[in-house]
Parts: sequence; structure tokens; C-alpha cells
Amino acid sequence: MYGLVACGLSLIFGVLRIINFAHGAVMMLGMYTTYWLFTLLKVDPYLSIVVTGPAFFVLGMVIQRTVIEPNRVAAEHNQLLLTLGLALFLENLALVLWQGDFRTVRPPYAGASFVLGEALVEVPRLVACGGAIVMALALFAFLRTTDVGKAIRALAEEPEGALLMGIDVGRIRAVAFGIGSGCVAVAGALVTPFFYVAPDVGESFNIMAFVVVVLGGMGNFVGALLGGFIVGLAESLGATLLPGSLKQLVVFALFVLVLLFRPAGLFGGGRGR
Amino acid sequence: MSQLELAGVDVAYGDLPALTGVDLVVERGETLSVVGANGAGKTTMLRTISGLLRPRRGEVRFEGERIDRLPCHRVVERGVIHVPEGRKVFPSLTVRENLELGSYTRAARARRAESLERVFTLFTRLRERAGQAAGTLSGGEQQMLAIGRALMGLPRLLMLDEPSLGLAPIVVAEIFRTIAEINRAGTTVLLVEQNTRQALVLSRRGYVLENGRVVLVGTGAELLGNEHVRRAYLGM
Repeated sequence: MYGLVACGLSLIFGVLRIINFAHGAVMMLGMYTTYWLFTLLKVDPYLSIVVTGPAFFVLGMVIQRTVIEPNRVAAEHNQLLLTLGLALFLENLALVLWQGDFRTVRPPYAGASFVLGEALVEVPRLVACGGAIVMALALFAFLRTTDVGKAIRALAEEPEGALLMGIDVGRIRAVAFGIGSGCVAVAGALVTPFFYVAPDVGESFNIMAFVVVVLGGMGNFVGALLGGFIVGLAESLGATLLPGSLKQLVVFALFVLVLLFRPAGLFGGGRGR
Repeated sequence: MSQLELAGVDVAYGDLPALTGVDLVVERGETLSVVGANGAGKTTMLRTISGLLRPRRGEVRFEGERIDRLPCHRVVERGVIHVPEGRKVFPSLTVRENLELGSYTRAARARRAESLERVFTLFTRLRERAGQAAGTLSGGEQQMLAIGRALMGLPRLLMLDEPSLGLAPIVVAEIFRTIAEINRAGTTVLLVEQNTRQALVLSRRGYVLENGRVVLVGTGAELLGNEHVRRAYLGM
């Protein structure tokens, strides 16, 4: 799950060279969209992906074109503040519109589970995990086989070379931001059957996504996916071995260790940036 | 009408002038080289033509139309293709993917298969290494890839920035032979080189750039015989 959130973030970082703090806020909006579609129109959360995915792809492109692109030449810390400000704006907008109440989406299968060996498997979590893997594979195939996907990879590693190939880099940047936003919105839709919805819900995912991205190596898509598995595993191990909310301790301890010994990320390879 | 014309072009980095009043003409089908020392403005000139830099003053016209206000990808669409200094291949993409991206524009994409075959015939080594990541190639092979990638874009004017840089003499000879071959097939070549002798031997005409100004223009043979060129650039 974290993998899919982080994939989008990594994609945006790789192509736009910005740290997108608004990523979690976009996820939150995706979760609210799922919530309202379910509550008002009785749309199944999983079915709503076909609406949220494309809608947030477009929304991401619009955000990139109107907010990020005009400030692309600004100093790096300004761009950080920009995405942070965007996150604050979106969160408070949600607070004004929908109050701070925790809301839940309860489709009939929300509590469904089955026993596998000694473990209790909750169906919604299994679906979310499978969905994330399918999305990630689709994204991977897109980056491998299509011209636009190849242009995204080219732009991430050699911007000037990409310009000289006749690639409209402004458009590619917008598409990358759109894909990142679409991915995280889909991730939001996938978790709503077992996770609460609130204006600040994106923040916890955001922090985890950053851990995952750094673990996997900044801008490395496959690394982000594998990093997601590692963090997810570390978190559940932590939950089993340590009391209560200490479970994240394991994740952050792992994070610090990786930063100390492999600062380029576990899968960062030799390409120093 | 000349294929490419620069008229009174000034380019500056901040307050630092890089090109001053540069006039240059490239005729269709010729090989033209621009020689000069490090920092003379050769690379700046190519970057200005391809739209990576904007001139402060003056005009760049390609086939009669101004291109100095166009974004880079529009210039490429017109067939002005620039092989940059340092090659700028995409290291983690395969050789084939690099070449495919060379034909990103609509017109070039329509003829991708045909162009790919042409490049593989010209550089047989690229065919052997098609599935390999470009970053694993040798310097000479990367230069071949950079040129091949440019050919995929169906250039009407091919601009090469220091293609011999950092390569062994035998590889340089091969690269120069290929450039001559590309030119014979009908593509105009604008070559920027520090390897003055080989560049001038290959070219019909040459320009000498010093401190951002054109100081000499002539045929390749004339410049090779010129006293100033011989002393400053050929070490005689």
C-alpha cells in the first residue's frame, strides 16, 4: 500500500525534482471522494476507482500547470514551501467543507475475513494490497513500453537530452504529476474500507511515503515499490512485537540505519545524485 | 535562400556576454565547422540555435523562418537536431529505447522502423548492443548512440558539439568518417570542434570564433593555410 503512495511520490520527485508535500493531501481528497461517492450515490469504493483515478490525474495536471510550473525556476526551498502550503490549504479546505469528524466507509464486506494457517486475513486489506500491486505493475508497464513513459524516464535522468529529442517537457512534467496524483487517489480509495477518513489523514501516509521513497532511492520507481513492502512488513512486525503505537519505532529505526549505511537508498545503486 | 542564418546574434549569461554580433550562414547540404578555443562561444551558439538559450539581440532563421523564439521541441520538429556536448544519452534506458526517443516527434515516429534500420546499418555495434543500458557503453559507442539518436529524428540540419571529445584517435577517425557519410546522404552538418585540423579537412567552409565573435570565415582549405589559424590552433 505504502508502495503505491510512494510510487507516485517518487515519480513526481524524479521528473520534477520537487519534494511534493501535498501528496498526502491529494490522497486525503481521494479518500473523501470515495467516501462521498459511497455515502451519497452508493458507489462501491473499489468501483469508484474508475472515477477517482482519471479525475485526480486531471486534477494533478491542473495543479502542476497552475501552481507548480510557474514557480519551477524559483529556489528549491521556495518550492518546498509551495507544496507544503498547498498541503495546508487542501487540508484546511477539507476541514471547512467537511469538519474534522472521522468518517468511515462501511461496505458490507468491510469486516470480512478468513483464517489462513495461523493468520487472520482481512479481505479489504488483501484487496488493497492486490490492487496496489496491479496498479504498480500497470505503471511499470506504462513507463517501459509507451513513448510518453519512456519520455518520463528520459526526462528524469537527462533533462537536456530530453529537450533535444523534441520532447515537450512541460507537458511531460504535467503528465507525471497527474499520474502521481492519480496513483495516490486510487491508493486512497483502496484503503477507505478499513481506514478512517479525516482532513489530516494524508499526513501519516505522507511521512511513511517519504520513508519509503528514501529507502528505495529517490526517484527510483522499483525501489519505491520494494521499499513499500519493507516498511509495511516492518510496521506489522513492530505491531506484533511492541506495544501499541510503538510499531512505527521499527520503521524509523530501519530508516535511520539505511540513511547511515546506504544514504543513496537500498536500491539506489551507484548513481550518486 | 540559405538553410540557416544567424544575424547579429548577442547572447549573454547574466552580465557576461558569450556571443557578440554573430553572423553565420549555413548552406543546404554543406558541412560547415565552427572552430575556436575553449570558452569562445561555440557551444553557446549551438544551444541558441536549438532553443536552449534565447538571444538578447539578433535573429536566427531556419529555412526562411525565425526560430529564436520557439520552444526547443518546436525547433526539433522543424528538423534542427542537436547532438550535445557530453552526448547526454539516457544511461538507464536501453540503446533501443534511446533511439526510439530520438524519433519522438510525430513526423519522425511515423518512420521509426525505417530509421532504426538505417542507424543499425550505419553503426553495426549499436545493433549488437540494442538491449543493453546506454550507461554501460564505452565513450565511443555512446557518441555513436548520440549521433544515431539524432538521425532517428530525421534531421535536415544536424548539429554536432565536440563529437571527438575524450575519444581515442581511431574512434575519432571512425566518427568523422560517419559524419562525412551522413552528409553525403544529403543532411546538412554544422560541426563544432576543438579538433581543428580534422574538422576543417572534413568541411567545405569554416568559421573561427574568438571571445564570442566571428574573426575569420573561409573554405576549409583557406583556413588550414591561414597564418593565424596555423599558429593559434594547429600549433605550427
